[in-house]
Amino acid sequence: MIRWDWIGRHADDILAQLLQHVELTGFALLFGFAIAFPLALAAIRWPRLYGPSLAATGVLFTVPSLALFILLIPFTGLSMATSLIGLTIYTLLILFRNIVEGLRGVPFEVREASRALGYSKSRQLLTVELPIALPVIMAGLRIAAITTIGLVTVTALIGQGGLGRLFITGFTLHFTTPLLVGFVLSIALAVAVDLSLAGVLWLATPWNRGRRT
Amino acid sequence: MTRVALFVALWWLAAGSAYALGLESDGANTVAQVWHWFVDPMHWQGPDGLPHRIGQHIYYVAVSTAIAAAIALPVGIGLGHYGRGGLLAINIANIGRAIPSFGLIILMFLLVGFGVVPVLVALVALAIPPMVTNSYVGMQSVDPAVRQSAAALGLTRWQRLWQVELPIALPLIMAGVRTSAVQVMSTATLAAYVGLGGLGRYLIDGLAQQQLAQVVGGAIVVAILAVCTEIGLAGVQKLVQSPGLAR
Repeated sequence: MIRWDWIGRHADDILAQLLQHVELTGFALLFGFAIAFPLALAAIRWPRLYGPSLAATGVLFTVPSLALFILLIPFTGLSMATSLIGLTIYTLLILFRNIVEGLRGVPFEVREASRALGYSKSRQLLTVELPIALPVIMAGLRIAAITTIGLVTVTALIGQGGLGRLFITGFTLHFTTPLLVGFVLSIALAVAVDLSLAGVLWLATPWNRGRRT
Repeated sequence: MTRVALFVALWWLAAGSAYALGLESDGANTVAQVWHWFVDPMHWQGPDGLPHRIGQHIYYVAVSTAIAAAIALPVGIGLGHYGRGGLLAINIANIGRAIPSFGLIILMFLLVGFGVVPVLVALVALAIPPMVTNSYVGMQSVDPAVRQSAAALGLTRWQRLWQVELPIALPLIMAGVRTSAVQVMSTATLAAYVGLGGLGRYLIDGLAQQQLAQVVGGAIVVAILAVCTEIGLAGVQKLVQSPGLAR
């Protein structure tokens, strides 16, 4: 079922697809966070925004992935931008919801205490609320990362795809080796990213160690 | 919720017209082409027509979600009721998420060959994890005090399960079914790549033949169908909720 010599001969290609996969995932998460974070702050500041924002990101999340990518084609063509915009849209719901939940979960007394200590709004957000909200935000980031890694493969149908291209190769040649390589690497990448994000959280929240969150 | 239902259509139309009003005449062309694709009576009849394709798509989604529910819900509810296997039940959704559905579909195709059954097997496999996790979490969310009072009132285990725990857990269980159904709808679209019918045909064939109107038209229909499914199941979730729990 696996032809190891094929893998050896195509190692460069496989590595290139893996790198594109990581690149697409990383940028999608970065852009998703850059949009979701201000949106979440706005939704906390003006609670009336929360419902509509959640509904809007929820609807976008519901749209089947291939359809969403295709609906972007009239605007951005078969380019990397199309897949990147689509992937970013999918991260929004998860990131937005978790950032809001995380920041709302900060105990009232803690916020009052930091105000009483004379913290400015922005300092309070950065040094008090964000660290406390970090576990919930990180949980969202992990789910978003795993979801995005799976979705990247779909963009192979619109000419991008990272490891998804190996799926297409396998299908076209009726040859399981490239498919399985892509499949296994994609899962391995998801697990690796998930574990490293968990590790980052562990390093960043020393006060939570020994407590399960 | 009706505002939400219109959102996808409005979003695309607004973005399309904004694009059309800009410098590029290409965008206006696309909108016109898609419009013509929709109003062409040829696309509303026969085995390639929209009604038949929509029916097929709903059929695939309904069958795979129903089979997956028949497997996943008893497992998740049982594990949650007895409070066993929590680690597995909670993590199975994450494991499921890590599996690239597009790859799984092609893998099934290469291993078994073409057929509706291997594709449906893949769809069922992808629909199971969210339902197991959600029904487990739903059962675990039942307040222990409520369980104990039910036991103290002399209810049997079966009565406690059916009359107390399940009604309380139902919203979360239904949320899992909803997640799975929407996910299956998305993956069923991809399965057109290996030859399955349904709405994915328009997208896959249109991409291969470079017919943008068909591709975008199909994408709009499948997007609206997915949003309607989500909203419809949210409605069902409200309907089945025990009146005593409505706040």
